[in-house]
Amino acid sequence: MEDFLYFFSFQDPNIRYVVVGSVLLAISAAIVGCFTFLKKRALIGDAVAHSVLPGVCLAFVVSGTKNPIYLIIGAFITGWLSLRFIDMIVRYSKLKEDTAIGLTLSVFFGLGILILTAIQHSGNANQSGLDQFLFGKAASLVGQDLIVFGSVSIILLLVVGLLFKELTLLAFDEQFGKAIGMPVKGLELVLTTLTVLAVVTGIQAVGVVLMAAMLITPAAAARFWTDKLTTMVFLAALFGAISGVSGAYISFVAPAMPTGPWIVLVISFIAMSSFFIAPRKGILYKQFQQRKYQKQILEENILKAFFHLGEADEQYYGHRKISDLISQRRFVMGRLKGGLQKLVRSGFLKQDREGWVLTEEGKNKGQRIVKLHRLWELYLTEYLRIAPDHVHDEAETIEHIITPEIEARLEKKLNYPSVDPHNETIPYR
Amino acid sequence: MEAIYIILAGSLVAVSCGLVGSYLILRKMAMVADAISHAVLPGIVIAFFISGSRDSLPMLLGAGALGIITTFLIEFFHKKGNLQTDASIGVTFTWLFALGVILISTFAGKVDLDQDCVLYGEIAYVPIDLWITDTGTIMGPRVLYISGSVLLVVIAFIFIGYKELFLTTFDPSYAAIIGINTTLWHYLLMGAVSLTTVASFESVGAILVVALLIAPPATAYLLTEDFKKMLIFTCIIGIIVSVLGYYLASYIDGSIAGAMSTVAGLIFLVVFLFSPTQGVVFRNRRSKLSMTLNEEPI
Repeated sequence: MEDFLYFFSFQDPNIRYVVVGSVLLAISAAIVGCFTFLKKRALIGDAVAHSVLPGVCLAFVVSGTKNPIYLIIGAFITGWLSLRFIDMIVRYSKLKEDTAIGLTLSVFFGLGILILTAIQHSGNANQSGLDQFLFGKAASLVGQDLIVFGSVSIILLLVVGLLFKELTLLAFDEQFGKAIGMPVKGLELVLTTLTVLAVVTGIQAVGVVLMAAMLITPAAAARFWTDKLTTMVFLAALFGAISGVSGAYISFVAPAMPTGPWIVLVISFIAMSSFFIAPRKGILYKQFQQRKYQKQILEENILKAFFHLGEADEQYYGHRKISDLISQRRFVMGRLKGGLQKLVRSGFLKQDREGWVLTEEGKNKGQRIVKLHRLWELYLTEYLRIAPDHVHDEAETIEHIITPEIEARLEKKLNYPSVDPHNETIPYR
Repeated sequence: MEAIYIILAGSLVAVSCGLVGSYLILRKMAMVADAISHAVLPGIVIAFFISGSRDSLPMLLGAGALGIITTFLIEFFHKKGNLQTDASIGVTFTWLFALGVILISTFAGKVDLDQDCVLYGEIAYVPIDLWITDTGTIMGPRVLYISGSVLLVVIAFIFIGYKELFLTTFDPSYAAIIGINTTLWHYLLMGAVSLTTVASFESVGAILVVALLIAPPATAYLLTEDFKKMLIFTCIIGIIVSVLGYYLASYIDGSIAGAMSTVAGLIFLVVFLFSPTQGVVFRNRRSKLSMTLNEEPI
């Protein structure tokens, strides 16, 4: 707890640096990730992330220092090369994109590991800490590193800000962009470069192995909350920032832990929660809606069964037993009982010792459903020329969906018919 | 002798990976394999922690369970959550892998497993890690027995299910019509992927196993149109990768697994450029040739 308070009071300038750095890079990755996500090229980020490793190692071999500028240049070169390779393989061979991505990322990463282990075995005293690029260490993000990585992130954010409209068009409708004369090829190059830059800034805090998650996961999480791109980008940045801060905090309390995996766990937790609880798109919300519809359909089917029974013996307000209803339609017993209770509570049915009776409201509602069913059957036979023995199932589903407006139009279009294709009377009120 | 043991272990791993991988790249499932190979990590760590040893059976169970969970989660987010497949793959395997790395760091010292092993395996230790029976007889390197039996299982699997795998890969709808259970074969193949991943994990690590799964079959695919030949070429390339990888690694004193993936990549590059039927270089020449032919008046 003490640690927690100390950390979040931001008194220590080192902590401030680390937090600012982690947040900046998490935000830039999240924002660029939104565009690659929408272009359905999310896994490209995975390839770039793995492919910067040989660049970082080669830059160290060539320069002999861990100066972040050299490392960034090295990372940028191999990251960018890997993307060119993927494009080349897809264009010039019969291999598919997923194979090209998997091949490139694993081979580049293998090359990186080969050089990294060779450096480690060479006994170069400078090399310690190079392996932190694998899984990240946010706490090592101070001084010069922060300035370099921070400025890359800021450049990246500026570019996205300036080209926001163009990138949006690229993500949603490339063909249209081409048609109105936008330099689509150039923009794609910009997006590629931005992806590489985002990965490059993230390697120190998150590490190359899990950097892909920083590109994909915030965007996927944000997508569940909104349909609007600006909101999505903003949310993704916010989710990224939260995970960045937690990564910095974990790096502070547990110095032995690699930060990358923790940042990824935090952002993944946010994403998983979003998948389930987000309104409208979330899995739980959808399930809840589905239940609601199922209940509504069941209740309407029960009222319809009452009405049919009433039609048969011309006693709409007669007493009915469960066996009567089941002879009319194959209800599941448990659900039927539940539905009946609910209908009594909402005033569509009354229950006494002899069974269930429709109220006036209940009769009207059942009657409307039957009317819609028969109107739709007639519409299908008249206008779509479907045989009368094929229209029942269609009508069975649509009767629960038709709104009063459509109902009025159907009546008008069919000129208030009196019987349906099976010669059953259409019951008007 | 040491070199022979390591090369042999590498070849066994590379051949079983390549055989399974051939089906994966033809089914456009390369990235699913990538996801599984990452995501089995927490299963392996937990199995390590519970059993306290490197026994293959608990590891296999742990990894198998995680492999199934991964494929299930990817499908679940895709179908129920309407998340696009690539993002679904990306989200699922990264957090499982992150969980695995964290578990390793937490149990550090309690389990004989570290981040290096996860990343590039310990194939260099193959000759030291001997299987000694209770009576004290030294049976030779343990890894050879494990990867050898996995290779036998994989070969048996392909041998027995050749027709079914072939048909479900190339023409799933026809396979379904003649009564082959495509879902069953899909999951059997996924099981084979998990099995080879686990067996290769100790030798080459979680990430580089992807290189062995994808690179040799992708190379073979560019060399032939015949599926049986593709399988044979894949095996040959796997063995070459293992031999050259070992000598490259000892030449520059680096990770053997890293060197193996590098060699696999180089072989692919050469074939990609110079394959007699598919290579970029010859294709360019051919298309020029056909252009000049077309220009002639008919």
